[in-house]
Amino acid sequence: MKVLRLVGVTWWLQLKMRSRSSFDGILSIVYPLFFATMIFFMYGQHGDQETLVAAAVGAACMGVWSAVSTTASTTLQGERRQGTLELLVASPTSFPLTVVPATISMGTIGLWSLVVTLVWGRVAFGIPISFAQPFVFVVAAVVLAFSLGLVGFLQAIASVRYRTAWALGSTLEFPVWLICGFLVPLSLLPDWVRPIAYLLPPTWGVAAVRDAALGGNAWPDIALCLLSASAYAVIGWLLARRLVDSARMRATLALT
Amino acid sequence: MAVIEVEDLRRTYASRTGLRRSAKKDVEAVRGISFEVERGELFGLLGPNGAGKTTTIKMLITLLLPTAGSARVLGCDVVADAREVRRRIGYVFGGDKGLYERLSGLDNLRYFAELYGVPPQEQGPRIGELLELVGLSGRERERVEGYSRGMRQRLHIARGLLHRPEVLFLDEPSIGIDPVGARELRETVATLVSTGTTVLLTTHYMFEADQLCDRIAVIAGGSIVAEGTPAALKERVADGHVVEIEVYGDAGERIDAVRAIAGVTGVAVEEGATSQLLVVRTSAAAQVTPAVLGTLDGVRLGRVATREPTLEDAYIELVRGA
Repeated sequence: MKVLRLVGVTWWLQLKMRSRSSFDGILSIVYPLFFATMIFFMYGQHGDQETLVAAAVGAACMGVWSAVSTTASTTLQGERRQGTLELLVASPTSFPLTVVPATISMGTIGLWSLVVTLVWGRVAFGIPISFAQPFVFVVAAVVLAFSLGLVGFLQAIASVRYRTAWALGSTLEFPVWLICGFLVPLSLLPDWVRPIAYLLPPTWGVAAVRDAALGGNAWPDIALCLLSASAYAVIGWLLARRLVDSARMRATLALT
Repeated sequence: MAVIEVEDLRRTYASRTGLRRSAKKDVEAVRGISFEVERGELFGLLGPNGAGKTTTIKMLITLLLPTAGSARVLGCDVVADAREVRRRIGYVFGGDKGLYERLSGLDNLRYFAELYGVPPQEQGPRIGELLELVGLSGRERERVEGYSRGMRQRLHIARGLLHRPEVLFLDEPSIGIDPVGARELRETVATLVSTGTTVLLTTHYMFEADQLCDRIAVIAGGSIVAEGTPAALKERVADGHVVEIEVYGDAGERIDAVRAIAGVTGVAVEEGATSQLLVVRTSAAAQVTPAVLGTLDGVRLGRVATREPTLEDAYIELVRGA
């Protein structure tokens, strides 16, 4: 109960912080819309309504991943810069418990981007938002955001020890779009790519959201998304202590 | 009973230089220091920049692992029992950093109250009490980015006290605060000590250390060069008086002559905008002012004053001699 409250309060305060910069807010909407617009034009040529909806859903999910991947790696560098990283480590709370809610709040911001992308598709390109299973769609979208938050946690943890690991996020953004089937079905990718895709929670999350939109069975994908993301969280948790101790040894918790 | 026990504590920083011919360089920041702080005591750690004060504090609050030696806070080892140490201590540092700028002061305190496990039903009253203590009542709902430096520092102190720590580490808490704010801060610290909180304070301000500290350790080059009460430190290095002479011209070349006068224990020159201040320390029994003035014959002089030695005189003597 105590842990849930801590996670809840931290998530809410992190969300509050991230929502207060109008510049960041506009950027988190406009940036995915550039890519979404390009995709709508590309898939619009095809003329098939189902393909267009699938592409719209994929483009919407891209925004969630962008919101997490680009900020998860920089978040602890930001804490380091403002001198709060040391305070988090110096508190008696287990360090991962302070990071997980922060990265989940990034996924939450990503949900906003998902909604805006779908509305943009509807308004500018006439792509219908009527989904086959609205309730399952919402569940799948929330699970996607939560799971990507857990993947972001693993990314964030790396930057505790390495001051320059913040650059990792931008490096991972585009490859995950390609590998995890955000835009192109996995069946079209080379065989060697698929095992990698199966290990990445976004693959299952996007599949779940797409199944819910198009009327497929999304529950197995939802379960696999949660399961694979949990594995990332466990790895992050196990690494956290080791990396924090390494940072305490090498004095990388502060910038000076 | 000692609540902070430091024994032969050492910390070395390793850094690398060059890209192709990479070379490892070790910098010894703390070189085997030992000291103890008793419960309810206000212990000061004084030293110039880079002396090892902050490194020492960071080892004691578990943010840095010692390279060698040991340290215990409230009986808990800072390496083996880090979480227990963290639960029972508070840490406040000076400057603008260490706060969430986009959150209000109240949200900052709420967050840290959660992190320190303050029970939900106690958080409201405790935060209210601390806001009152640091004089931020009524401003707590404003975002921290709009706070002045003094307000930020006061918020830092409130944050450090949320969980009623038994030991409080203050790392240059009054840096950058205006005189009124600094005086209020000293009063707050004195109140905390009077209620039984043990405080370890680092500061550059000698009068602050002189006024507040029960005992002081002077640290220079990573080693403790002196330890004792402020009065004992003053006596130890400047058993006598200090003569200050304002000099217009170059007093530097006369220093050796002044130093050679019987009874003179130390000479220093402080550069001013238009003049120099010759600071001459003398032994208790010596009356050296006429002799010193004699060596300055032909040099235009300003104010000549004799005063009791201050902690700053003692500090400068100790640090220069290290």
